[in-house]
Amino acid sequence: MAEFVMNPADEVLLDPIRKTGAGFWFALAGLLTMVGFGAVAYLTQFVNGLGATGLHEPVSWGFYVTNFVFFIGISHAGTLISAILRLSKAEWRRPVTRMAEVITCMVLLVGGGQILIDLGRPDRLLNVIQYGRYQSPLLWDATSISAYLTASTVYLYLPMIPDIAILRDRTTKYNFLYRVLALGWRGTQKQQKILNRAITIMMVVVIPIAVSVHTVVSFVFSMTLQPMWHSTIFGPYFVVGAIFSGIGALIIAMLIFRKAYKLESYLKPIHFQYLGQLLLVMSLLWFYFTFAEYLTAYYGGEPEEMKVFFSKFTGDFRWEFWSMVGCNFIIPMACLTSLKKNPIPRVLTASIFIVIGMWLERFIIVVPTLSNPRLPFRLGSYMPTWVEWGEFTGSLGVFALFYLLFTKFFPVISIWEIHEGRHEGVEEVMHRVKSYLPDDAEHAPPPQQQPVAIAAKAVVP
Amino acid sequence: MALWGMVIDLDRCTGCESCVLACKAENNVPAVGATEAEKGRVLSWMEVLSERDEENGVTRFIPRPCMHCDDPPCTKVCPVYATYRNPQGIVAQIYGRCIGCRFCMAACPYNAKFFNWYPYQKEAPNQNPDVSLRPKGVVEKCTFCHHRLQKARENAAAEKREVAPGEYNTACAESCPAQAITFGDLSDPTSEVARLAKSPRAFRLEAALGTHPKVIYLTEGEGRG
Repeated sequence: MAEFVMNPADEVLLDPIRKTGAGFWFALAGLLTMVGFGAVAYLTQFVNGLGATGLHEPVSWGFYVTNFVFFIGISHAGTLISAILRLSKAEWRRPVTRMAEVITCMVLLVGGGQILIDLGRPDRLLNVIQYGRYQSPLLWDATSISAYLTASTVYLYLPMIPDIAILRDRTTKYNFLYRVLALGWRGTQKQQKILNRAITIMMVVVIPIAVSVHTVVSFVFSMTLQPMWHSTIFGPYFVVGAIFSGIGALIIAMLIFRKAYKLESYLKPIHFQYLGQLLLVMSLLWFYFTFAEYLTAYYGGEPEEMKVFFSKFTGDFRWEFWSMVGCNFIIPMACLTSLKKNPIPRVLTASIFIVIGMWLERFIIVVPTLSNPRLPFRLGSYMPTWVEWGEFTGSLGVFALFYLLFTKFFPVISIWEIHEGRHEGVEEVMHRVKSYLPDDAEHAPPPQQQPVAIAAKAVVP
Repeated sequence: MALWGMVIDLDRCTGCESCVLACKAENNVPAVGATEAEKGRVLSWMEVLSERDEENGVTRFIPRPCMHCDDPPCTKVCPVYATYRNPQGIVAQIYGRCIGCRFCMAACPYNAKFFNWYPYQKEAPNQNPDVSLRPKGVVEKCTFCHHRLQKARENAAAEKREVAPGEYNTACAESCPAQAITFGDLSDPTSEVARLAKSPRAFRLEAALGTHPKVIYLTEGEGRG
């Protein structure tokens, strides 16, 4: 594409950057309130100590570690899904990938921050570098997460370059920023070729990194000897859960921006139908892993494991546990099995419940094990205080705020990829489908016939 | 090299908790106050756990210091080497380096680690000057009264001799009126503690976990089951 001619219809994608309505200011005010609440909560904790939380012995990890696992999990939406969709040449990905990648970058910052919030001595964080002991799974986390953040930021940025060039040429606001970030993009064939290759490399690199991230997050638990933590399937179990919750969060974000920025013609019901089907598959996978995990523990019947098992099934954590099963399996099954007609409300309902359910899942993994020590140690139920709720609210606020601000600077749907889809994608798919078919299809005649007709003929011997 | 360990005879333990108090006084373990205690934040390096034995209709007391495992699950997971096993087998804490992530607490199968949720410890009269105070936000636990070993070593060095057996003892062992706690060098076959550790009554808590604790218990006699 030598000279980029923008389809006038795509101007709507630039609108959020050009114009700022009252809705934005309301959202901004709301989010800043959330962030403010979080800041007050953290300040309280920072000054007084972790005593401001509901933590105690033996439950020394609670909301923060749950949130850490949860937020890092959400980050898998993004890059992993977007990379897989690109890699598998799913054409419907075009309006989805950017939003997914943004989620990853923003939520990783928030997720990594949870560890900082959880520390009793945040002032000594740099000890991890000075005295780091690589035997500790926490350092594996630090390595994996920082690699993922770097890779996914690059992976977000690369496909944005042509769009930034569009902004540079067409808007006056923040022009300096776009001039720098566009890296002199002119859309020549050579540049396009280099860009495509870079994107391909990054999407191959980012998939194993993403898988490693939630695997080592699970290792924080499974490397200990504690009952119901010391499990070999935790790695894949966490990765599946992460992708599951990630898609849920992605769908919610897509629907919010679809409404707010009037993107109905880009994010069509078909996209939500496909994402909903993906969600259904992940829900089944999640159930499979959960079933395998709990059946193994139950059948073995080791007394320490059974204490934790029954505290989840019938004991103190039964509400959380069964809500989790409802949110992650029963409701998604009810909502997602038939998505032919009007899928959006059902997909949205399922997504909201899944995000809640996956948070509960993280909680149900972290807290019950700690609440049931092996020795006849004093027990105590864990009740989060307003400080913990405050920091949770603040973290959600920070994430949403970053996301919102991103959409005010950059288009939330990739303009050039939509353009490419219109001009090259359709034709390429036609050729691709042809190439799947037996070779005699190539000799099959006339180009003026419909491609569907060619395909239909080809299967007749 | 010495390998410090402890034998606790459950047959002798009466559950009087004098070891708990002696430990608190010796190691400047602060009292946290009623409200905090109610929240489950008592710091007690030595703790007497009790368990009801329904079969024999008795209550069993288990004094629980840090087990000073030879293969400690807690030291492996510390990201900053703030807890480690020293060559003489004592699992030590470095308060000045701990970042307060509480991973060691989550990993310890004996719940022997404690956290300073608030700045509990304040300068006060009658504190032991040999034991450092802990700031808020760090993990602490039983050190086998490590400062007493340092003192014994200094004395021995001044007199140009080795540390004599019995010169280094823990506060809990000293204070036990029933003499249930014996402390000493497990690597010295002539020591009392090594002799007791070979008793047919000897067992280790959660031995199946493979942590190799150096606190060894002797079961109650036959009459107590």
